[in-house]
Amino acid sequence: MATENQYLPGLHPDLPPPPSEIGVIGWLRHNLLASKTDIFLTIFAIYLIYLLIPPVISWAFFNADLIGNTREACTSGGACWVFINVRIGQFMYGFYPVEERWRIDITFLLLVALMIPMFIDSFRYKAWLGAFILLVFPVIGFYLLAGGSFGLVVVDTPRWGGLSLTLIIAIVGIVASFPIGLMLALGRRSKMPAVSAFCTGFIELWRGVPLITVLFMSSVMFPLFLPDGVNFDKLVRALVGVTLFSAAYMAETVRGGLQAIPRGQYEAAEALGLSYWKYMAFIVLPQALKHVIPGIVGNFIGLFKDTTLVLIIGLFDFLGIVQAASTDPKWLGYSIEGYVFCAFVYWIFCFSMSQYSQSVERKLHTGH
Amino acid sequence: MIKEESAGPPTVITRPWNNPKVRSIFFQAVLLIVVVSFGMYIFGNTAANLEKQGIATGFRFMGTTAGFGIITHLIEYSEDSSYGRAFAVGLLNTLLVAFTGIIAATIIGVFIGIARLSKNWLISHLAMVYVEIFRNIPLLLQIFFWYFAVLRALPAPKASLNFADGVFVNNRGIYLPSAIYEEGFSLVIWALVIAIIAVLVMTRWAHKRQDATGQQFHTIYYSIGLLIGLPLLALVVTGFPLSWEIPELKGFNFVGGTVIIPEFIALWVSLSIYTASFIAEIVRAGVQAVSHGQTEASNALGLTAGPTLRLVILPQALRVIIPPLSSQYLNLTKNSSLATAIAYPELVSVFTGTILNQTGQAVEIISITMAVYLSISLSISAFMNWYNAKMALVER
Repeated sequence: MATENQYLPGLHPDLPPPPSEIGVIGWLRHNLLASKTDIFLTIFAIYLIYLLIPPVISWAFFNADLIGNTREACTSGGACWVFINVRIGQFMYGFYPVEERWRIDITFLLLVALMIPMFIDSFRYKAWLGAFILLVFPVIGFYLLAGGSFGLVVVDTPRWGGLSLTLIIAIVGIVASFPIGLMLALGRRSKMPAVSAFCTGFIELWRGVPLITVLFMSSVMFPLFLPDGVNFDKLVRALVGVTLFSAAYMAETVRGGLQAIPRGQYEAAEALGLSYWKYMAFIVLPQALKHVIPGIVGNFIGLFKDTTLVLIIGLFDFLGIVQAASTDPKWLGYSIEGYVFCAFVYWIFCFSMSQYSQSVERKLHTGH
Repeated sequence: MIKEESAGPPTVITRPWNNPKVRSIFFQAVLLIVVVSFGMYIFGNTAANLEKQGIATGFRFMGTTAGFGIITHLIEYSEDSSYGRAFAVGLLNTLLVAFTGIIAATIIGVFIGIARLSKNWLISHLAMVYVEIFRNIPLLLQIFFWYFAVLRALPAPKASLNFADGVFVNNRGIYLPSAIYEEGFSLVIWALVIAIIAVLVMTRWAHKRQDATGQQFHTIYYSIGLLIGLPLLALVVTGFPLSWEIPELKGFNFVGGTVIIPEFIALWVSLSIYTASFIAEIVRAGVQAVSHGQTEASNALGLTAGPTLRLVILPQALRVIIPPLSSQYLNLTKNSSLATAIAYPELVSVFTGTILNQTGQAVEIISITMAVYLSISLSISAFMNWYNAKMALVER
């Protein structure tokens, strides 16, 4: 069986892999058609996709109507995006006066502009900018949105609504809950029994009840707690409820980070003679907070989705205003379009935040 | 130096505010005083406000007649029942949707989680799309979608969709035939109980025999045979003491049969689908946490794919899965309170909604509601802790 080319043992040149193992064919064989079960599963999946995707695409795009002002413009039988198109201003700004909407735009543009440098690694004044965003920006934002001075017309909170209200509740909730959550987390790990018992009780109480009961509490019980004649705005009460609720979750996230710091760090800091607040502020918290950034983003996503609950106590957040619009007799029967649009917007926000948190997680995962 | 040492320990002058013990007691006392005085301030204000509004405090209102109807109730309830009874109805409805939701979410979640790990590219990516879509859309929006856009859009009772000549689906709910048990049906129930006990005994015996002799015994076929065969036998012996009441269209609506209201379906479906997307990720992470060497070792021992998954991978994955899974169960239970937005009569909707509006007993009602959810949360976490401890690795 000797062939013309004789090679000494071990000197045979490397052959290319067989064509069925590489390229598109190889990929297909490995990932879709590896076994009989796989072939069956692939056919099943393709059938599923065939059932779902073409009708949805033709409903949302090919048979959809976009241009027009009334429901009569919707004739193609697909999605009636005219409904969204006509109502988009309301969905974004709620019942905020049309001529004052620029104030909301300016507030959010300012926030975005201030946030951009925070994501640039080489920017050096992050601490100062952060302090500005946390301490000065809320004051600016409040005067811009509520008005009442600097020649701005007062816009009462019942007229706030739509996506801007959702963002306000979520951002205020997460920012305000952070310091409270931090204190609660430190308190829960404190060696003083009264402090740790109080913090543990507070955290477990809020974590054990649904947000909706907290919102009910804020809307019917808070007014009873205050002295006669003093009354808070409904939005402020909801914000207090959301903040306390979210602070409990924040505390648990931060506590996870604190527990992840090796004991040696605490002991080394104490050995240097640092006081409790100094070693927390300069040694432990900087390390712990870095680790919990993904967790905090996760909390923010949860809170962002949970802000929809405020519609139950009568605030018109994004979902609330879409829901109200879809019961409008002029547009009856187009609720699916409203919900799909609303879901799409929430999805974009939540998905991009979760992708961001995963990228931070990968960046932080430096060890091992 | 020597002189100093012999003079005994140096007298350290600690000022009281530098003594950690004194400081600790001082801080705790301050906290206690602040909390107590804040509590008393709130209590005083509340008492004054309630007195001004003329609302009597206390839980006596629970005995008064409710005077409103509830569309679905697991226990006897009418408009003449008390508020206490209405509370119980709401609580049972909450438990019903939480329990059925947990079961469905677990099944869907495990299924999707395993699909996500499939070597088949299409299947794993379909599972990924499911997870990414459903966990990033607010639950309340999903509930609204199912309730207002899907279930409310079904045809009216007169044009109901009919399945298998007895199941009717319309915008008032799903109407199922209800079983009417006649005399002798108790025998069938007993047969089922005996079958369950027999299966348990058989499984134990099979385990013991395998431990002692190494011989395997396929309990699964015998179990199915027993569980189906014995009740069937009892049915035949007693002459089928069971008939079906089929719902009938009378006037504008169906009469008879069992009805599952659309509020329940919308809540159940959306809770299950939403929570399943989280459970799928937990299952995936759990299975991935088991090192690949375990699979290889198990194959080297000669175990095939099925026993490898059942005896090697899953028991180890469960230890990683159970703690986050239990918090998802808690979330599902707490999220069932969103039902109040579509008026499914569960605890928050009936008690914190209707009864609070009627009586104005805000403090009592909200405290009770919170206490109920807290105790549900604590009992689920206690159960899961017990189960977790049972499953935990026994280390030598």
